[in-house]
Amino acid sequence: MNESFNLLHTLSGTIFDVLPIAVIIFGFQFLVIRRPIPNIRKVLLGFVYVLLGLAFFLDGLEIALFPMGKLMAQQLTAPAFIYGKVGEAIVAIRWQDYLYVYLFAATIGFSTTVAEPSLLAVAIKAQEVSGGAISIWGLRIAVALGVGFGIALGTFRIVSGTPLHYYIIVGYIIVIIQTFFAPRSIIALAYDSGGVTTSTVTVPLVAALGLGLASTVPGRSTLLDGFGLIAFASLFPMITVMGYAQISQWQARRDRQKQIRTGG
Amino acid sequence: MQKFLTSFLHSLFESLRDLLPILAVIAFFQIFILQQPVPNLGQLLYGTFLVVLGLTLFVQGLEMGLFPLGEAMAFAFARKGSLLWLLAFSFALGFGTTVAEPALIAVAEEASKVAASGGAITNSAEAMERYADGLRYTVALSVGFAIMVGVLRIVYGWPIQYLIISGYLGVVIMTVFAPKEIIGIAYDSGGVTTSTITVPLVTALGVGLASSIKGRNPMTDGFGLIAFASLTPMIFVMGYGMLIG
Repeated sequence: MNESFNLLHTLSGTIFDVLPIAVIIFGFQFLVIRRPIPNIRKVLLGFVYVLLGLAFFLDGLEIALFPMGKLMAQQLTAPAFIYGKVGEAIVAIRWQDYLYVYLFAATIGFSTTVAEPSLLAVAIKAQEVSGGAISIWGLRIAVALGVGFGIALGTFRIVSGTPLHYYIIVGYIIVIIQTFFAPRSIIALAYDSGGVTTSTVTVPLVAALGLGLASTVPGRSTLLDGFGLIAFASLFPMITVMGYAQISQWQARRDRQKQIRTGG
Repeated sequence: MQKFLTSFLHSLFESLRDLLPILAVIAFFQIFILQQPVPNLGQLLYGTFLVVLGLTLFVQGLEMGLFPLGEAMAFAFARKGSLLWLLAFSFALGFGTTVAEPALIAVAEEASKVAASGGAITNSAEAMERYADGLRYTVALSVGFAIMVGVLRIVYGWPIQYLIISGYLGVVIMTVFAPKEIIGIAYDSGGVTTSTITVPLVTALGVGLASSIKGRNPMTDGFGLIAFASLTPMIFVMGYGMLIG
């Protein structure tokens, strides 16, 4: 009883989120374009599927994954777990004491990204447009590796208390250098993959991790240091996706050379 | 009917596979590192079932509804040939989908707390609400602007890297001048603006435009709208922080 009420609540929330989009699309459709949408019934049914799907998805996350993930983030960052003893004064923070936190950050970042619906949507489109040269799984894994690495580095930053903008600026410099060497066709997609990684699944878990760390590491403030993990998660996928394209290009070239050598 | 059922079961299975890594990570840390039993196993299984079902329906709806709709709009605007209306639509889509985004509302509230504790605004509920609303509209404006610039880029075929790299330079320069408290929030705001429904629509719009305009390549020119939408909020939010602070 209570459960079906929750689901209805999530569904109405999703419908409310979609309302502005629907108003804009149908407003322009009727006032400016003035042509019927092809297969309108199928499109509307698709919209219903998307709404229902998101409502189930979010509700399921709320029931199963978020409470556990958040609890685990708290437990792993609690001083009692990290220093072993409760109540003992912490003399100095050693970043090495937080190895499990980095490991959790990396694996949870990787695995939530694989399940991220927005990334799946972009990957489906990229496979379709590239004629299969970019595979759905290749892109998803490249992005997920970037997010995992980014979030692990982001938690290290919170523990070590180093300024956020140094990391981000160095990351940008790497992105810019890679842009000159990466195949041209991947660049726009790589830039896009920074923005799609962080939505429904990743943000709540990562935010819990960041806030948990910032509130338990001595000398950090939740308000100043709790933010920034999402920025890491949006930066590193650009690097890994361009890297993925560079490696595949390099392999293709090497195979071709090998062929020429054996053939000639 | 049976064909439909097997294809549905197949996509259910694919969604389950997408979810397995998360389950594995949680189980591993719970059992081996934290060494605690998994609480509420029934609830966990039921929730996972909902997530799998939801992801399956979402992907079905994507292919049936969101992708064709985004493409149909792109073709219709390309056929109509009015750049002005296309830009108006792009702005409205960016602004409208962002302004009500729950993740953004949450970030704006957090930001108002930071501003109040840093002394940029008075520590009253009213001032904080005004600050949060202002920030939310700033981000929504910046996303509307971003989609508009991104669409212009597709129409004229400008190379994306010059625009994005100049945007990064803008971010770096703003970082030097912006109040220290706003930087983390500004950097994060880039990531939270693009929701699960906006991404497929905007991607289909970009790819549709690039494939219906002569001389554009859907791969090199069609993507990139999301990149703009995640870049401009950083600049606008730091600007907002400087203006208010």
